[in-house]
Amino acid sequence: MSTENTKNGSLFTPFNIVAGIILAAGIVVTIMRFTMGLGAVTNLSDNNPWGIWIGFDLLCGVALAAGGYTTSAACYIFGFKRFHAAVRPAILTAFLGYALVVFALNYDVGRPWRLPYPIFYQQGTTSILFEVGLCVFIYLTVLFLEYLPAALEWKGGLDKYRGILVKLTMGLTILGVILSTLHQSSLGALYLIVPSKLHPLWYTPYLPVMFFMSSMFAGLSMVVFEGTLSHKYFHHKMDEDYNANYLDLQFAFAKGAAWIMAGYLAMKLLGLSMDNRWHYLFTGYGAWWLFEVVGFVMLPCYCYAVGYRDRNIGLVRLAAPWTVVGIMLNRFDVSLIAFNWQLSSAERYFPSLGEIIISLFVVTVGVLVFRWIVTRMPIFYAHPAYKDSSH
Amino acid sequence: MKRRHFLGLMGAAGVSLTTAVTAKASSSADVAGMPNVGGVLFDASRCIGCRKCEAACNQVNDLPKPAKPFDDLTVLDATRRTDAKSYTVVNKYVPKPGENPVFRKIQCNHCMEPACASACFVKAFKKTETGAVVYDPSVCVGCRYCMVACPFNIPAYEYDKALSPRVMKCTLCYPRLLEGKLPGCVEACPKEALQFGKRRELLNIAWDRVTANPDKYVQHVYGEHEMGGTSWLSIAPKPSFAALGMDEGLGTTSAPELTSGALAAVPAVAGIWPVLLTGIYAISKRKDKIAEEEKKAAVEAAIAKASADAEAKLAEELTKAEVANKRRIEVEVKKALEAAAKDSEGGEDA
Repeated sequence: MSTENTKNGSLFTPFNIVAGIILAAGIVVTIMRFTMGLGAVTNLSDNNPWGIWIGFDLLCGVALAAGGYTTSAACYIFGFKRFHAAVRPAILTAFLGYALVVFALNYDVGRPWRLPYPIFYQQGTTSILFEVGLCVFIYLTVLFLEYLPAALEWKGGLDKYRGILVKLTMGLTILGVILSTLHQSSLGALYLIVPSKLHPLWYTPYLPVMFFMSSMFAGLSMVVFEGTLSHKYFHHKMDEDYNANYLDLQFAFAKGAAWIMAGYLAMKLLGLSMDNRWHYLFTGYGAWWLFEVVGFVMLPCYCYAVGYRDRNIGLVRLAAPWTVVGIMLNRFDVSLIAFNWQLSSAERYFPSLGEIIISLFVVTVGVLVFRWIVTRMPIFYAHPAYKDSSH
Repeated sequence: MKRRHFLGLMGAAGVSLTTAVTAKASSSADVAGMPNVGGVLFDASRCIGCRKCEAACNQVNDLPKPAKPFDDLTVLDATRRTDAKSYTVVNKYVPKPGENPVFRKIQCNHCMEPACASACFVKAFKKTETGAVVYDPSVCVGCRYCMVACPFNIPAYEYDKALSPRVMKCTLCYPRLLEGKLPGCVEACPKEALQFGKRRELLNIAWDRVTANPDKYVQHVYGEHEMGGTSWLSIAPKPSFAALGMDEGLGTTSAPELTSGALAAVPAVAGIWPVLLTGIYAISKRKDKIAEEEKKAAVEAAIAKASADAEAKLAEELTKAEVANKRRIEVEVKKALEAAAKDSEGGEDA
């Protein structure tokens, strides 16, 4: 990823070329999707109605956008005020993440123009998906309002509105935590209805709690990871305040993530014990479960803990993307790999090229919009005119 | 039946559902509240795999003609499931090699508390008193959570339609039931393997039949309790339902019960979090305030101590200075006196 590589005026940087190819391919698949139907571009079937557009775009997208509520809660509620320079990048990442989740849903559902129906037309209140939809809809609005001050400062001359929004910070933060608790856990609760389809190692009544807990360390890890990347590519945009507290923040988040991951591991073991599912560990799925839990939760958790204790930032920065991959692995396991585990291999799902292209397309759009915004708006630095503001 | 006619009936059904015959899909009280709910009893030991039910279903529901005709029984060699073009299929199973095959008809089981209805976020599915679980395509968003949720893998989707895909599944011929007719498959069955009636009466018939022939039948009525019970009941010859590809491990918990705990947590979270978070905020703010006050107090104490020290030192210096001055004065006086004495002596000398 190169940022403002316009020294020689050329738009044809390697990053831009790759992004351009993905965008072009994405547009082709988009046209196919909306003229020929889901069947033409996906490997979805009657047995596998949900593919990577749900498993990756929705489940991973929402979990990895959890940095928004974790960072703003840490700063405004739990009193880590010195991290407030990190709130804006986290809120922006979350806002874009959720916006893209909703964007991607338009590809997956059969009649996307009816997406407002469950909220405004006929509410299926017995559905966990209704809870997810309602919370995501409201939370997207909350994130937009939390992001808006940066856009207003950039635009200038709208201090009245900015002032109102800044006053709402505390309320929006609390609302954000409530909504995130509800829909992060609900994404796990979606699978409570399928005890016969989801492998017993992943199916547990604790699914909602596990999804919520893992969203917390997913969010913290994304902030650390995204911060490391941003430092590499947007360093020139960052102000002293951001840079001064940057290491402290990474260490603090590493400590937080290590604790929550330890709790999550305990929860995983409790799930096994409660339903006495230990014997499944000695099957093929058991090996895969251990791969996920030991390889992508326990080990990065250990890295975070040691990294924090020894003030070893390299270890912390290694653990962050590791944890992020682990979260994605977990969401894939629940939604795709351990789902329909009893079906024959011929009936199982593997994503089509079209599905992969759209998922890449969505991520690319996200990165481009992020770059566009942070190179223009006060995200990594406080706007000179509002330097003393606590927002 | 023309599709338009069918949809019209569905629409009418939608209206009628809002009135007296309304049956909510997702509270356990409604099972007891539907004493006359309809159903079908399927006896696998009577099924000969003729596919007449499939043909009838295809015809009454105006579904597209299949690639191979319904009298082509080679279709049975592959195991099939329901799809967007067939609401019901018959599969052939050979429990033990060399023995006669057994057939099973697959279609929507019309659960008493349907997973699809519980999972639908626009209430597109409804359980009706006829027994039928019906679907309203006019509100369907196409999220396909109903397909994920269905423990029997029944609902199918029109993946090839770009703009108006529907979920497709057996309606128990709901429009025909409203006209007083039998479901198409039941009417077409030449061996009375299918029987339509009130569910509680069918249960009695089923139990009578299996208990009267303990050597022939598995002593179980599939659908009596599975997933909270289904309108469609099945009995099967030995050895097991599993030999007919039926999941014997579904349990008796209905779909709505599986998610009710998570839904019940919503008001708790929405109620407790604001209080807790505001409390944490207040505590962290108060800690800041106390820290600030302590800092202020410490600074004041330090200043006070410093000024006290300074005053003491000043006083000491002053005393010292006074003593020194006194001594100097004394010395000066002494000097003056001595000089005066010398002068007077000299005077006397002179």
